[in-house]
Amino acid sequence: MDFALNEEQIMARDMVRELARDKIYPTLKEWDRKHQPHPDVLPLLAENGVLGINIPVRYGGQGFDYITLALVCEELERIDASLRVIMSVHAGLNSLALLQWGTEEQKQRFLVPQARGEKYAGYGLTEADAGSDPVNLRSTARREGDVYILNGEKMWISLTALADHFIVFAKTDPHAEPRHKGITAFIITRDMKGVSTYDEKHKLGVRAGSTGSIVMQDVEVPVENRLGEEGEGFYIAMSCLDNGRYTVAAGATGCIRACLEDSIKYAKERHTFGVPIAQHQLIKQKLAFMQQWYDAAWLLVMRAGWLKNQGQRNTRETAVAKWFATDMSVKAALEAIQLHGAYGFSDEYDVERYLRNAKGAVIYEGSSEIQQLIQADYALGYRHDRPLRCEPVPYDAETWQSEG
Amino acid sequence: MHVVTIASMTPDTEAAVSVDASGNVQWGDKLVVNPWDEYAITEAVLLKEAHSGQVTVMAVGAEAQAEALKHGLAIGCDQAIRVWDPALVGADSLAYARAAAAAIRKLGDADLVIFGKEMSDSASDQHVFQTARKLGWTMIGFVAKIEAIDFAARTIRVRRMTDQGSEVVSGRLPAVISVLKDINEPKYPTFIGIRKAAKAEIPVWSLADLGLSAAAVAPRTAISGHRELPRREGSAEIIEGASAQEQAAKLVARLLEEKIL
Repeated sequence: MDFALNEEQIMARDMVRELARDKIYPTLKEWDRKHQPHPDVLPLLAENGVLGINIPVRYGGQGFDYITLALVCEELERIDASLRVIMSVHAGLNSLALLQWGTEEQKQRFLVPQARGEKYAGYGLTEADAGSDPVNLRSTARREGDVYILNGEKMWISLTALADHFIVFAKTDPHAEPRHKGITAFIITRDMKGVSTYDEKHKLGVRAGSTGSIVMQDVEVPVENRLGEEGEGFYIAMSCLDNGRYTVAAGATGCIRACLEDSIKYAKERHTFGVPIAQHQLIKQKLAFMQQWYDAAWLLVMRAGWLKNQGQRNTRETAVAKWFATDMSVKAALEAIQLHGAYGFSDEYDVERYLRNAKGAVIYEGSSEIQQLIQADYALGYRHDRPLRCEPVPYDAETWQSEG
Repeated sequence: MHVVTIASMTPDTEAAVSVDASGNVQWGDKLVVNPWDEYAITEAVLLKEAHSGQVTVMAVGAEAQAEALKHGLAIGCDQAIRVWDPALVGADSLAYARAAAAAIRKLGDADLVIFGKEMSDSASDQHVFQTARKLGWTMIGFVAKIEAIDFAARTIRVRRMTDQGSEVVSGRLPAVISVLKDINEPKYPTFIGIRKAAKAEIPVWSLADLGLSAAAVAPRTAISGHRELPRREGSAEIIEGASAQEQAAKLVARLLEEKIL
């Protein structure tokens, strides 16, 4: 068993760490306070190739592996969750789904510009009455000749205001039994007639990110924009979540690390009773727990990444990583605030932002409760991985890095 | 065109530096690319992009220096060379310069050598000037901008900073320059560069490869010890008063009393 990162992974991680720290961190707080997306983030990630980090070179990406995707997400959320959320939707939920399920023509049309950072991508599954129970979605897709007519509204969608492409899910057969067999996936673009978006302005966290709704009103979507087969949408949606949750889990390790690093710094500077608070045992205990949570979360993420590199199914392993890492990021942020005392309660320090951000991640992309049900159902034998028409794409350095 | 940039790893500029009882400096464990060298590497790569040609990043030192070379490759340098020999342990700036100059000469076709202004740990820049002297090339230090460079006509014109302001200097190539932070915004590695750097096997040139004897790099100077700056003693005094005016009046009186005003 080899726990070492290779040189390529380390250098990529360090580059993203420096980019985020130097180019975004100094101005992040002002955008978080304004509840507006930081305007420099997407262009920065696009220009430096981060958006296509683990897409094969022949599809416009950088040809790095799934482990590197996690390292990138960790570094981005070390600064702010809004940076990592971009990778979750653009790379995890959308681009990797195109790689797994798209036709060659769809990859050329949509994946290549996304991997190059020329187009931004989002993902629309959730609706007002379909969150943890996505099969309850109400959006419809009615086939008329060579097009589908889409109607419905997607909610809590990241990058709503900024993405050019979205993968959305709608019912082609509202009466299908079982219900999930009636769902189909489509690629829609912002410029299609009948597509409109609006942003949610007042969220507890991820305030420097764009989150909102996509309204589809009689949107004509060509048949060639259907992702996968009719009725295959639910399986596609769930496979997307295997990648999205992976980025959320990796990001949460970055949040825990942020809590730990900021707390260590503060504990050495702040004095009470004549000594730095780092010398008090109850403070040490908080730091020890944060370190433990970070290590355990990181190892769970790395195991999921290893399975992805092998092309093995990883729904359970990714779900347990997402559940643990995000739950611990909330705990780490609470402890970091407590350690910072009254300063931690003010936005003079970053730890209150970590808490506001962390609270989102235990809700989106499958709440902690859903992740627990997944673990239990696998353990009880109620849930099994069935073969997919398009299995996850394994990482192979040679083919992913070749131009042709 | 062939531009050479010389890079080093230096202790992390954020590390707490201390001197132990025997006069040895404790720099901390972490090394970073000498911050000044980031500007030098970037300038070399910018010249390559503008003029098309070759950039070599070079380091003189033990294995730990290879990280600076990998960083150079990841940013866009074409090749990296490390100069090292056990005889260079304890090298002073002159020995460093002899080795660097011999390596640059071995390349055969270098037009320009770019150094960062100084080593961030020792705040020393003698090695830059000594390298130029050993090569017998034009030396222009503290360059804030390369205003013009013509590799065919063998000319360079730069703006360099002086204590009083700046001056524009023209010179002949080949030349050695040292660069300041004004010269550019350091580039970040690219993913393609990272892959190239990760795969690179960096050649190591020994003194024998350079045609130098161990005697030629024997240090002429030695640092016998370091000392910390004496600690500054001081105390704080809070000026009390019923109102801001009263506090200000008392403060002014105290400052006059101490002959500060």
